[in-house]
Amino acid sequence: MSWTRNVLRVNLTEGTCTPEPLNMEWATKYLGQRGLATKYLVEETDPNVDPLSPENLFIMATGPLTGTMASTGGRYSVITKSPLTGAIACSNSGGFIGNEFKNAGWDMIIFEGKSPTPVYLYIENDLTELRAADDLWGKSAWEADEMLHEKHQDPNLKIAVVGRPAEEGCLYSAVINDLHRAAGRSGVGTVMASKNLKAVAVRGTKGVKGINDPKAFFEAVNDGKQVLAENAVTGEGLPAYGTQVLMNVINGVGGLPARNMRDVGFEGAENISGEAMHEPRASDGKPNLTTNGACFGCTIACGRISTVDKTHFSVKDKPQYHGASGGLEYEAAWSLGADTGVDDIDALTYVNFVCNEDGLDPISFGCTVAAAMELFEDGKMTTEDTDGIELRFGSAEALVASIEAVAAGTHFGKILGLGSKRMCEKYGAPELSMSVKGQEFPAYDPRGIQGIGLAYATSNRGACHLRGYTIASEILGIPVKTEQTESDGKPELVKAFQDATALVDSAGICVFTTFAWGMENIAPQIDAACEGDWSVDKCLEAGERIWNMERQYNNAAGFTSDDDTLPKRLLKEAIKSGPTKGQVNRLGEMLPIYYEVRGWTPDGVPTAETLERLSLA
Amino acid sequence: MQKSLHLDPAKCTGCLQCEMACSYEKLGEFNPSRSVIKVFTFHEEGRFAPYTCTQCDEAWCLRACPVDAITMDMSTGAKIVIDDKCVGCKVCTISCPFGTINYVQETGKVAKCDLCGGDPECAKACPTEAITYIDANATGYDRMKAFAEKSLPSANTSA
Repeated sequence: MSWTRNVLRVNLTEGTCTPEPLNMEWATKYLGQRGLATKYLVEETDPNVDPLSPENLFIMATGPLTGTMASTGGRYSVITKSPLTGAIACSNSGGFIGNEFKNAGWDMIIFEGKSPTPVYLYIENDLTELRAADDLWGKSAWEADEMLHEKHQDPNLKIAVVGRPAEEGCLYSAVINDLHRAAGRSGVGTVMASKNLKAVAVRGTKGVKGINDPKAFFEAVNDGKQVLAENAVTGEGLPAYGTQVLMNVINGVGGLPARNMRDVGFEGAENISGEAMHEPRASDGKPNLTTNGACFGCTIACGRISTVDKTHFSVKDKPQYHGASGGLEYEAAWSLGADTGVDDIDALTYVNFVCNEDGLDPISFGCTVAAAMELFEDGKMTTEDTDGIELRFGSAEALVASIEAVAAGTHFGKILGLGSKRMCEKYGAPELSMSVKGQEFPAYDPRGIQGIGLAYATSNRGACHLRGYTIASEILGIPVKTEQTESDGKPELVKAFQDATALVDSAGICVFTTFAWGMENIAPQIDAACEGDWSVDKCLEAGERIWNMERQYNNAAGFTSDDDTLPKRLLKEAIKSGPTKGQVNRLGEMLPIYYEVRGWTPDGVPTAETLERLSLA
Repeated sequence: MQKSLHLDPAKCTGCLQCEMACSYEKLGEFNPSRSVIKVFTFHEEGRFAPYTCTQCDEAWCLRACPVDAITMDMSTGAKIVIDDKCVGCKVCTISCPFGTINYVQETGKVAKCDLCGGDPECAKACPTEAITYIDANATGYDRMKAFAEKSLPSANTSA
C-alpha cells in the first residue's frame, strides 16, 4: 500500500485534531502529495476564497514513496491557495520532516479555520495536540526551532515553522523545515501564519510498511539508484557543485538574466558560481562550501552546507552566523546575485541564511529587491521609501540592508514584503515587475531560452522553473537536445515536462532525479510500492490529470488566458549583447499551439473531451 | 577472514539510507528510529557521522549480561542479542562505553548491530561508501594509503 491511509484533520478554529481515512478512490487517481492534496483543496474550498481567510485550507502532504528507500524519497509539499498569486500553490520541500510525518502514521495533515491564539501542532505518532505558541510568536524560524527542541528535549523532533515576516503578512514567506529546507514559493508560509499556526513539530516511530511488492520494489529502487550514480549530472555535477553547477553554464549560453532582467549575461557570474564556492578565501583559507549534504533518502546529495567569511561586513559582529548552514543554490544565487547585480558571494550566503532564518523565499525576495533597485535608479523610489538605503544595482550593502529590513519588518521591509507586482504597481511602474501571475521569475531568461518562457507563462503557480524544467532539454540535452532559441516544438516539450513533473511531485520523490530518470525509471518504483496500476502510461495520464485539475481551479478562481503572459520586457526588449543577442520571447507563436496540444479551447479552457479523457468530468 | 564495518564520516552525506536498510532488514519496515546504525548531524560544523557497534573482542555488553543473552556469532565475530533470553535489564547499556547497545521500549529488550549475519544491509545501501564491510585487519589502510601518497616525491605524483 505504501500510503499510511491516514489523514489528520486539524480544525484550528475549534482546536481539534481528528483522524480520518485517506480517500483511496482519489489516491488511485491523484497518487499523493501535490496531486492528492490539490484534489482535497479543490473539493473542499471555493476557488474564490480569500487566501488569508480562515476558509482557505493549508495542507501538508507526503507521497507514497516518502519515507521509503526510493532515492530522494523524503519529500513533502504544502498545498493551499496562494496569497501572492491568488492561484493554486504547491511548494515542495526536502529535508527530513516528510519522512517523520510518514513514520508518525500520517499521509497528510489538513488544517482548516484559524486559531484564536498562536499555536503549534505537536505530533508523536497517534498523539496529536494543538499547544500554545505565544512564546514562539514573534520569533524567527531558527529561534522557534531551538525553543521547541529544548521544550520537548527530543533531538529527533522534526520541525516546520514560519518566521516573523510571515506573521506580519510578507507575501513570499516560506515554511522552513530542518532549519534550511523550505516549502519556499508562493507565500505558503504567509497562509500558515494567517491561521495563527506557528509550527508543526513531529516525531514518528511507527515505521513505513506495506510495500505492495517488496521484491519488485527493491529491484526498481536499486536500478534507479544505479542510474543516478552513473549519470553525469546526478552522479557528479550535483554532488560536487549543487544546482550551482548551472551558473557558468547558463551565463555562457546567453540565458542568465541580470539587473531585474534589463540585461542578459552577468559579468560577475563566475564570482558567485558553484566553482567559486570551492575557492579558498583569503581570511582563513577555507572555501565557502563546507560539504554537500543530502535530504532524507537522497543518493544525489546536491545540498550545499556553507559558511560566510567571518571577516565579511555582513557577519563581522554577528557570531550567530559564523557556523555552517544551508548555502547557495542556483536560483537563490541568481536572484540575490545576478538579478541585483551583486557578485559578493559572502553577502549572498549571508542573505540566504537570513532567508532561512526568517522564512523567506529567496527568489521572490531577490527579484523584489531587484525591481526596487530599478525603481530607485529610475527615481520612482527614493531614500524616504528605503529607510535611507542607497538602493543601487551591484550594492552588497544595499542587499544586506534590504534583507534585514524585511526580517525586522521596517517601513521599507513592509514595502519589499508586498512582492514585486504589488510594489511596482504602488510606484506606478507595473511593467518593472518580472513576474507571472504575481510570482517572480527564477534564473533563466525566456528570451534566450524560448521554451522556459512558455513554461513560466503557463505555470499553474505563476513564474516557476519547477513546473516544467525545459532547461533540461534546451540547455543540457536531457532527454534530447532542443535548440534554445527555437520556438517550434516547445509547446509539446513544455506539456511533456509539466505532466511528468506533476506526477513526480505527487510521488514523494525529488524532481532533480529527472536529470537522470525518465518515467520508465519512476513508474516501476511507484507501481511496486502501491497497489493499482502505475504503468508509465498511467503515470503520465495522472500527471496530465493533475495539471488540468490545477488549471481548472485557477480558471474558476478568475484567471484567463490573458494571465498566461510574460512581462513586456521579455516580449519586446531584445537582448542587447552576447550569444542570444536580438532575441525576444515568441510566446505569441507558442501559446495557441500549447492550448491545442493540451486539448484546451483557444481561451485556455480544457474542452469537454479533454476532461472526459482524463476522468475529470 | 574476519570483516569489520568501516565508517568514514568524511564521505557521509547524512541521507539515512543506512538507517532505512537496517530497520527494513530487522523489522520489514522503513523505521529510522529503530535502526541500530545511527547517523548524527553536526549542523554548525557541517558534518555527518555514522556510528554503530564496533563488535569489541572483549565485549563489555556480553560480559555484563546476567542472563547470557548476548553471544558471539562465530562466523562473523558479531555479538548478538538472543531475544528469547534478554530480560530488558539494561545492564549491557550501562556497560557499553560507546552507547551502541540500546533498550527498545517497543519490545522490552535491547538491540544492537549483528552484522546481518555477515552481509550488512547498511553497507550495501550506502551510496557514498561511507560505510563499507572490509577485512578487519585493514580498516586503517585507506588512511594509511592517503598518507603514503603524501609521502611520494612530488615528481612521481603527476602523470
